[in-house]
Amino acid sequence: MPLVFAGVCSHAPGIVGRADQADPSAKNRLYEAFAGMRQRLEASNPDALIVVAAEHFANFFMNNMPSFAMGMADHYEGPIENPEWLGIQKTRIPGDRSLSERLIQKVMERADISYAEEWKFDHGIMVPLHFLTPSYDLPIIPANINCQGPPLAPLHRAWAFGQALREAADSVPERIALIGTGGISHWPATPDSGKINENWDRQFLDEWSRCDKAAMLSYADSQSYLDAGQGAFEIRTFMTVSAATEGAPGIVHFYEPIPIFAVGCTIGTIDLEAPQLRSTD
Amino acid sequence: MQKFLFELNRDEEFQARYAEDRRVALAGFDLTAEEQQALTEPDIGLLFHLGVNGQILMHFAALHSIEWQDYLQRMRDGLAVHGPVREGIYAVTGYEGVDAHSTRSGQTNQIQGGN
Repeated sequence: MPLVFAGVCSHAPGIVGRADQADPSAKNRLYEAFAGMRQRLEASNPDALIVVAAEHFANFFMNNMPSFAMGMADHYEGPIENPEWLGIQKTRIPGDRSLSERLIQKVMERADISYAEEWKFDHGIMVPLHFLTPSYDLPIIPANINCQGPPLAPLHRAWAFGQALREAADSVPERIALIGTGGISHWPATPDSGKINENWDRQFLDEWSRCDKAAMLSYADSQSYLDAGQGAFEIRTFMTVSAATEGAPGIVHFYEPIPIFAVGCTIGTIDLEAPQLRSTD
Repeated sequence: MQKFLFELNRDEEFQARYAEDRRVALAGFDLTAEEQQALTEPDIGLLFHLGVNGQILMHFAALHSIEWQDYLQRMRDGLAVHGPVREGIYAVTGYEGVDAHSTRSGQTNQIQGGN
């Protein structure tokens, strides 16, 4: 059936791992926004949650790097990071192999993807789940877009992946929720960690909230790298959600640069009930 | 180097072998003497300079319980000693630092050990 929930959020490891180092009020504002996103997700009564993330060499390496991949297992594990460092204990996360297989089969009609029967979650998925499904009681369908090791699939392929996810969700009886996690501008895991291009972020979020396909597809990785750091390659995850909900407006519930978290922290949801926006094609 | 770190970061059994004898754990990987030294010491700054992807290196630093600010400083020190990153996508663009940035944003951090 049609997607019951869609949204985007940040996944930076410092959001949990360095929570004690942040300005308390800034941290609390972000955590409240995550709580609001959790309430909206729960209110949609989903049977499963697809998490489109940009993982960081927890599962996929340059010896055999898929541009797009989806998990197909009854359970997963995570985080791979040191639990004390990330602030999240190792746990088992439920999946749904049957549902994954049906979704993947449908996605493959439009997009070339890999599937993975083994998947170790890193902060790209674990940080969002820590806030959104802290009891780990909702089956997760992990999906990954290579945003780390160039060459990267071009943005219009991420768009096609999002469209394929929508068709796949439409084709199954389960109530599917979808989130994209990552970005936006940041220079993670470098000496420039903490740097954030707020103007660039706000411009992108404006385009994202209007589901402005033409504007979002016009970003070039070479320019994004200069303006917004290598972490900006992760806009693919946000755009996938836009493509999966094409024509529906996005609501940015929270955006605030928090340098110690190394990212402009973002919480957004798609208003699936709103009248369709005019096409930007 | 990155393949070794990828395997190490995701495999607790491998981590145990590495903890027992770092040199032995490197067996089977095609590494120069410089790379072996960087991996066993471990020399975070040299690894960054050699082009190890920051995400892989970040997890490796966490494995060694290297505190965040210390991790960032080790990368800066590595660049100061060895020069710019030899290859990869990690150009350093210049940044005022988390403390100054936070203060400018009206945030008061609780960072221990400087920036």
